[in-house]
Amino acid sequence: MTTLSGFYPGVLRIELRRVLRNRRTLAFTLIMPGVFFLIFGLPQGGQSLDNGRPVTAYVMISLAVYAAMVATTSAGGAVATERALGWSRQLRLTPLRPAAYVATKLVTAMSLGLLAVVVEFLVGAAAGVRIPAYVWLLAGLAAWVGSLVFAAFGLFIGYLVPAENVMQFIGPILAVLAMFGGLFVPVEVLPDVLQQVAKFTPVYGMGVLARAPLTGEGVSLAAVANLVAWTLVFGVGAARLFRRDTARV
Amino acid sequence: MTSTPPAVELDGLTKSFGAVTAVDGLSLRVQPGEVVAFLGPNGAGKTTTIDMLLGLARPDAGTVRVLGGTPDDAVARGRVAAVLQTGGLLKDLTVGETVQMTAHFYRHTRPVAEVLERAGITNIADRVVGRCSGGQQQRLRFALALLPDPDLMVLDEPTTGMDVEGRRDFWQSLRRDARGGRTIIFATHYLDEADAYADRIVLVRQGRIVADGTTAEIKNLAAGRTVRATLPGADQAALAALPGVDTVEVRGDSVLVRTADSDGIARHLLTRTAARDVEITSRNLEDAFLALTTEQTGA
Repeated sequence: MTTLSGFYPGVLRIELRRVLRNRRTLAFTLIMPGVFFLIFGLPQGGQSLDNGRPVTAYVMISLAVYAAMVATTSAGGAVATERALGWSRQLRLTPLRPAAYVATKLVTAMSLGLLAVVVEFLVGAAAGVRIPAYVWLLAGLAAWVGSLVFAAFGLFIGYLVPAENVMQFIGPILAVLAMFGGLFVPVEVLPDVLQQVAKFTPVYGMGVLARAPLTGEGVSLAAVANLVAWTLVFGVGAARLFRRDTARV
Repeated sequence: MTSTPPAVELDGLTKSFGAVTAVDGLSLRVQPGEVVAFLGPNGAGKTTTIDMLLGLARPDAGTVRVLGGTPDDAVARGRVAAVLQTGGLLKDLTVGETVQMTAHFYRHTRPVAEVLERAGITNIADRVVGRCSGGQQQRLRFALALLPDPDLMVLDEPTTGMDVEGRRDFWQSLRRDARGGRTIIFATHYLDEADAYADRIVLVRQGRIVADGTTAEIKNLAAGRTVRATLPGADQAALAALPGVDTVEVRGDSVLVRTADSDGIARHLLTRTAARDVEITSRNLEDAFLALTTEQTGA
């Protein structure tokens, strides 16, 4: 039964259970970012940003963005596996509309992204990060909503390459993008040329937005434009590939 | 509507892939409740025809009607279901989860527990699909096809890759389930399956139907019987000249006569020659299959 443009709560429940059963996903989206924080964030305890807020919070928010982008990419990229296995063909024998299938994948991706952000924040809070409630909320919200770019990216890749092990080669790409987005080290420490390049890479916008509540720096138009542009690029790309995929031959 | 529309109506169906014509002007009508075997060698166009029948592929020419409507319509209403060779399964779901998830996509389904039971996989409901054997996965596909309680069930080579016992079990569950009224179309290249489980056999070769009838009719189409006798020094030419004789073959002391008039040949052999040990056998379906699906050679 299609409700709300084909969103199926029962399917979402099974999808989430399935994702959480995947050790690889758990390791890369929930455990690894938390461990990164303990290794790279905690040693900077006691240091402060220019506005007096803790550096550990800066690291934690950056890693939450990283966790969310890996989570949403892998959930979106699951389409690749399902196409490679022939599941999407099996689905065509059911009344499920392809758009509803993508909607479910998107909701699954965003649910996993939210979980990734929450887990990273819980690790941070447990390790002693103390920031005002509105910063927790706004930073978390920005990290989560920003990861929509990567849910679209995952779907885009998913419809581009039908491969079972798609995450194995997307993983390193995500790491490089995360570096350009200032998630591992602040963009300011990169060489000048790379700093200019970084502004046009897809993680930059969501990184700036997620950290803005903490740093108190204004949100630049460039950062917002970056986020919107990449969401459109991947979203439209995924939609076109999706249409090609479901066309009958 | 005054009468029930046919379960399947294919009219002049044609489909090419590049220079290869996979299906070539195929027309077929299947009435509700029929169990039809789509029999032919690999590459005969069975799968392509089934893809068009289910709306998975678009014909270059011709029309498809399923239960009086379009294939998409029948799929959307859960009136047709299929077990396909290419239909993939998610390896990281359990058998039970796969059925549950699929059940969500339909408006009405049979209970999950019931289809698991009918497909004979209740005992492996908690097993992850990736650890199921090929036969178990095929039963899972069958369970998925049972969910909407379809009026038409299409199966493409459903027992490929199963051992003899698995094949028998599979057909037994299908037969147990074939309640009155459900139309079943299955493609196979196993002759014994077509012979044992279908009411009607449609023989395809090179994208065309070369024969269509009951199992008995198909056997008859390949005409006649074989008369075998022990007859040292048989006069092959004289026997071949008798009325109704198709071919005469001499193997050592034995002679094999293929004929439409087995009684006449037997009578001739016993009364006019020294033949003994006369045997008359009807050609089996395999002979009919070979005769109809291979190129005719010679006169």
